[in-house]
Amino acid sequence: MSEDNDGSATTARSTTDDEHAAYTIRLELEDEPGRLQRALGPITEHGANLRSIHHERDKRTPRGTIPVEIDLSCPPAQFDGLVERLEATGVPIIQAGERRYDRTVNVVLIGHLVDSDLSETLARIEAFGRASVVDVSLAAPEGTEGASCARLQLAVEDESVADALAAIGEVAAEKDLTVVEPLIGGRS
Amino acid sequence: MAGHRLAIAGAGSVGRSVAELAGEYGHEVVGIADSTGAMVADSTGGASAASSGEAAADSSGTTTGDISIDVASALARKDRGEPVGDTAPETIFEVDYDVLVEATPTTLGDAEPGFGHASRALAADRHVVLANKGPVAERYDELQRLAGASAGCVRFEATVGGAIPVLSTIEDLTPDAVTAVRGVLNGTANFVLSRMATEGLDYEHVLAEAQDMGVAEADPSFDVDGTDAALKFVILANVLADGGFSLEDADVTGIEGVPRSALELAAEDGQTIRLVGEATREGVSVGPRLVPEHGPLAVSGTRNIVQFETEHAGTLHNSGAGAGGPETATAVLADVGRLPSR
Repeated sequence: MSEDNDGSATTARSTTDDEHAAYTIRLELEDEPGRLQRALGPITEHGANLRSIHHERDKRTPRGTIPVEIDLSCPPAQFDGLVERLEATGVPIIQAGERRYDRTVNVVLIGHLVDSDLSETLARIEAFGRASVVDVSLAAPEGTEGASCARLQLAVEDESVADALAAIGEVAAEKDLTVVEPLIGGRS
Repeated sequence: MAGHRLAIAGAGSVGRSVAELAGEYGHEVVGIADSTGAMVADSTGGASAASSGEAAADSSGTTTGDISIDVASALARKDRGEPVGDTAPETIFEVDYDVLVEATPTTLGDAEPGFGHASRALAADRHVVLANKGPVAERYDELQRLAGASAGCVRFEATVGGAIPVLSTIEDLTPDAVTAVRGVLNGTANFVLSRMATEGLDYEHVLAEAQDMGVAEADPSFDVDGTDAALKFVILANVLADGGFSLEDADVTGIEGVPRSALELAAEDGQTIRLVGEATREGVSVGPRLVPEHGPLAVSGTRNIVQFETEHAGTLHNSGAGAGGPETATAVLADVGRLPSR
């Protein structure tokens, strides 16, 4: 997506001519047959239009679930009810609303990741609310005792990239981890 | 352009290449010094007028006759482990020269002896062309004040990016129209990271290999800990902001702690890791950064690249050899060519 189009693309997403608004719902599904279908049920039953489902079976969250991103449109008045129905099915909803992350960026963390509790690190990064960790891969060539590396893929809004990286830097400094940041600002 | 008479301080790879190439660019070498000795024009018998000064100056900047020293014999002495000449190193300041080429090794802190050499030349209203990063990275403001009070100018293209036109590009764009300069300005660190990524080798292995190949020095600390790149980005920040920065203002991280596995993880999403610096009017940072594997900043081997973020001209990239004697000497001689006649 080019940066110049961001503004207009967001507008197009949030209003449509038949009084529908565009929404993005991000879910985590257990890797079991029928889970996706069960999650989609409340959405279609409410008369929402599914626009796209982004579902990569080979990507896992730190919790072992599969992240799914659903773009849909529906009348604004129906959206909350739709989310409630969805919640009632027990599907973890990571995000529901008009806000949508603009891009993904990677960071690599280097250090004693396992000893310093990687899942707590991830939880704290999520807790800053600037970015959502959508993918993690870990390499621990020296076993869990030694130095290891993790690549985190974050979904983040354009204007929050610097804040998100600063937040990660804060957690990393506290845990004595090195952060290899993406080069932002440059159109590299 | 009239040829200039060059006095060269420093006879390392850059100083000697400047001496060897000066003639091709229409200049004459009237003195060259290393740390233990100097060869100057009047000591070779080649220029009887050089010691008196007035005779050469009579011709208002154009050189008279063959006053050049015998560069080949000075460098042959150096190759035999002798001083380049029999006079004291300071005697290069006593001959009639137009431009001091300062190519002694870069030093941190007080940037001596380079800074002292530059200030001595400026006090005598001579031009100064630096290949030595110290004076412009560590004492930029002082140096500019001295230049302001002198009829001579200071230029330092060769201090950033070797052969790559970096400072002249900023000069052409005007510093105010450049918002940031980023890039890869250390060939050794880039060689190590790019080879770790492509060959899947460990840091120590590649560094040892680089030392064997002469790409890395016996003590590569300044290259791998980011200091060398940081000095260059400090110089860039000084140019953008018209001074105010020294090495201690830079936020610097080296590549020593980057394991092979970090490069492998980066590659999973089409990224790689390079030692990238950034200079803006607000500050300087150098550290390992994720860049797209096939993006412009992911140069390989010892190649350097500089990215200019501009107000009116978008993003520009200049790339090429960031080090090397003849390569860096071309930047020195380009600066000499930009100087006004005295």
